[in-house]
Amino acid sequence: MKVVDARGLSCPQPVILTRNALQTGELPIEVLVDTVTSRENVRRMAEKSGFQVHIEAVGDEFKLTITK
Amino acid sequence: MSEKITTFFASRRGIVLAGVVIGVLAPLLQRLGNPPNMGICVACFERDIAGALGLHRAAVVQYIRPEIIGFVLGSLVAALLFREFKARAGSAPIVRFVLGVFAMIGALAFLGCPWRALLRLAGGDLNAILGLAGLATGIAIGVQFLKSGYDLGRSYRTYTAVGWIMPLLMVGLLLLLVFRPQFSPDGPIFFSKSGPGSLHAPLLISLSVGMIIGFLAQRTRFCTMGAMRDVILMGDTHLISGVGALLAIAVVTNLLLGQIRVGFIAQPVAHSNHLWNFLGMTLAGLAFALAGGCPGRQLFLAGEGDGDAAVFVLGMIVGAGFSHNFALAGRPDTVVEGAVKVGGFSTAGMAAIVLGLVVCLAIGFTMRQSE
Repeated sequence: MKVVDARGLSCPQPVILTRNALQTGELPIEVLVDTVTSRENVRRMAEKSGFQVHIEAVGDEFKLTITK
Repeated sequence: MSEKITTFFASRRGIVLAGVVIGVLAPLLQRLGNPPNMGICVACFERDIAGALGLHRAAVVQYIRPEIIGFVLGSLVAALLFREFKARAGSAPIVRFVLGVFAMIGALAFLGCPWRALLRLAGGDLNAILGLAGLATGIAIGVQFLKSGYDLGRSYRTYTAVGWIMPLLMVGLLLLLVFRPQFSPDGPIFFSKSGPGSLHAPLLISLSVGMIIGFLAQRTRFCTMGAMRDVILMGDTHLISGVGALLAIAVVTNLLLGQIRVGFIAQPVAHSNHLWNFLGMTLAGLAFALAGGCPGRQLFLAGEGDGDAAVFVLGMIVGAGFSHNFALAGRPDTVVEGAVKVGGFSTAGMAAIVLGLVVCLAIGFTMRQSE
């Protein structure tokens, strides 16, 4: 599975990296983020682009799994 | 419950609510004593704080603005309540400091941050159009860098105490404001006796409004730079719906309070030098885009434990010192015996804007991840 590690990156990097990964067409994609802001931004972008997002809390970080 | 509230604030209704609240409260602060078309201006208010501390000696712009303190503390409260306070630092702090310095020099050429640009427009000051156009241009340049891999690198989780430094600095400023100590016979803390620095709403009201906005903005991630950036970068209108709400509601509030006067010339604390209004905000917009947030957003981030955003804020305060000590800031239009004396901009100020643009472009070109 393709993994985007966006932990510690500030906005809008997590969104840009996820979008670039989505454009390769390879699914599912796992995105790691460490703030609620990044979690919401990535989720909003992915859902708006027609993908499904499953969110899992890992400690105080988040793992987003993006599928079609 | 907490998750439900978080989802509401992350929604479009949440961000619009934040814009509406700022759009009502900022013009009200002006009515209650803040300077004209300056209900809230993050750049101007940090500049006033720099003046109060004696980092510059422009006597008309010196006051410890409680709104700034409230922004950080309101954000801190929200972050603690919702368990989002997270001390983090280490993403190129020196670069963020330099970006803060030039962001302030650019903003003070125009005489306002993006928030004030909106509030000036809502008060009928058409010079704000040039400022907002410059802001959009600067952000558009920043977006090109973002698209080609510009990135200041990761921040890392650090000691909780690191995240508390900016909130505690703000508490320190609040104590200086309340007790008004004088450190030497003619020395700081300075409080303006005339000019914009002498105009202010009552302390408790300013502080409360700042905290309410800080709380809402932390929850909703309100950001004027992010609003324009997201539209240019990916056609995302989420944040800009909050900015639009701010502008629309501020116009309505100003209409109700009779605070609108439309025109370019002799607008309050503003000048009508179109080119440098535009270029000043181009520099500011580029610096904000490269640093990942408008001046307000940097304060809210600092409140939730982001040590790098705190360094940007300190850069802006130091930048205000340079701006006024070196006479780089725009000079407002004045009315002397009925005649308008058009303000403007010094040659040194022009040189500083050009230097700032060169530095920001160099940062954009040299700091990027290779594919």
